[in-house]
Amino acid sequence: MHPALSVIFFTVISGCGYGLLFLVAVLLALGPQLLDQREALAALALGVVFASIGLASSLLHLGQPQRAWRALSQWRSSWLSREGVAALITFAPALALAWLLCHDAGPALRSVGALLAACAALTVGCTARIYSSLKTIPAWHNALVLPGYLLFALLGGSVWLWLLDALVGTGRLLPLLALAAAVCAALCAALKRDYWMLVDRGDPVSTPESATGLGRFGSVRSVEAPHTEENYLTREMGFALARKHATRLRVIALVLFACLPVLGATLAFVLPEKSVALHTLDALIAALSATAGLFIERWLFFAQARHRVMLYYGARTNSA
Amino acid sequence: MTMLPPPSTKKLGLVIDLDICVGCHACAVACKEWNDGGQFGPLPDENPYGREPLGVWFNRVHTYEVEPEEKHKPAMTVHFPRSCLHCETPDCVTVCPTGASYKRAEDGIVLVDDAKCIGCQLCAWACPYGAREYSEQRGTMQKCTLCVDRIYNETLDEYDRQPACVMACPTRARHFGDLGDPDSAVSKLVADRVGYDLMPEMGYRPVNKYLPPRPRQTGCAAPAAAAAEEPADFSASPLLRWMDRILSR
Repeated sequence: MHPALSVIFFTVISGCGYGLLFLVAVLLALGPQLLDQREALAALALGVVFASIGLASSLLHLGQPQRAWRALSQWRSSWLSREGVAALITFAPALALAWLLCHDAGPALRSVGALLAACAALTVGCTARIYSSLKTIPAWHNALVLPGYLLFALLGGSVWLWLLDALVGTGRLLPLLALAAAVCAALCAALKRDYWMLVDRGDPVSTPESATGLGRFGSVRSVEAPHTEENYLTREMGFALARKHATRLRVIALVLFACLPVLGATLAFVLPEKSVALHTLDALIAALSATAGLFIERWLFFAQARHRVMLYYGARTNSA
Repeated sequence: MTMLPPPSTKKLGLVIDLDICVGCHACAVACKEWNDGGQFGPLPDENPYGREPLGVWFNRVHTYEVEPEEKHKPAMTVHFPRSCLHCETPDCVTVCPTGASYKRAEDGIVLVDDAKCIGCQLCAWACPYGAREYSEQRGTMQKCTLCVDRIYNETLDEYDRQPACVMACPTRARHFGDLGDPDSAVSKLVADRVGYDLMPEMGYRPVNKYLPPRPRQTGCAAPAAAAAEEPADFSASPLLRWMDRILSR
């Protein structure tokens, strides 16, 4: 599939934003005293900004962005529509939570926090289902896509909250957040390894023989395409990444989203507790590295996915 | 509304006979011409006379070689027109976030409402048959309309109320009709020739059916070629014997 930058940017940045909102909301729901007011407000603000930038970027992918409001109407059947509705609804508890933090409304923080956590998780879940519900793309239509999107959003959220904690927080949560980021990174790496193995196995379900229905007569080979130049289908669905680059990019993604953040988390336990600058630098490197790794991971998610329509153009297997 | 309507009794669609399609692309050209000027047009091309022209077509004709497992049998060339199959349970309709992509309750035709389409292209991603092509110029998704602006057009002669591709086919490899009515000509044709669905494993239940190529006659091409290699026998006639002697000098 053609890796459209607007869509990749949208899933990565809004994923980080909703992950951040989820973590702040969970912390506030568990115990409002865990985060101080300044840190919680900063995290809510960054989460809302990330989510908004991501949503704005997704509009760039549309041919008629001025009609985007129509996408909120078909939530009964369409995951894209559900995603839009959930994304917008999530802003309400996020803003309510910020208001409550400013007005010291203690008891309500827990319930609104729980609501925000649920909405943020639901939004990322809907994003994942847009892709995993497409039966035409075996690399997306599998059980690892939904947990993958959720885990990567959590990873993005935890590294950015870790950075905020080092920058504006009390530093009390630093070990906890660094540990959370490291655990998320390790889980993401394990999940991605399984995912890449699954994708490499290919798709034995559809073949040029079943696509044309001519398999009963023998093996089917495309000898002439309908057009001599590219068309929309071959550009959009026919994008396939050369395998040797894929292997290299997978390694780079793993180093960036897993190895470096785990290393940074380990350092967070070793660095002198008083040195705010060192802790901030450590968290900053982890956050930037994880986000960059997320971009490459998401780029590969698109670039390596093969669409079944290419069987008509002579693609032998659907394997990546 | 992108929820699928309850199954209609009328299921308009095409039957494509792979036995007699000669791959002339007349259906594709006629489709492009009608729909460029019809109610749903235009179908703009990018860079139409340049080095890399790109444009929307609703109908594409592939050519395949089918090689039998038994090596002594000759391979078969099959021309294969591909267009929207107007599926009974398609995902291209249900994934649409705006309600622009819809299936008509009265006859099952799958259409795009150009005024509602936001150009997210998710419906094209959801179609395994490559039936939908996005127009960069219009910013909306385009697809086969089954010439809905022809088939109900009462200003046309009744015979002309058929899709442009069916009208254009010089070998009558394309047939249009109600596949929901078991007594219709197209349904009988499908029953006679054991018409089939493309990628039935996807579960979209296409309305359009394909008629398989009839088995090719085998055993004529190979012996005829072998016979040509054998020396001719001129001994029967004195005239031929004389000619052979003269020509062999």
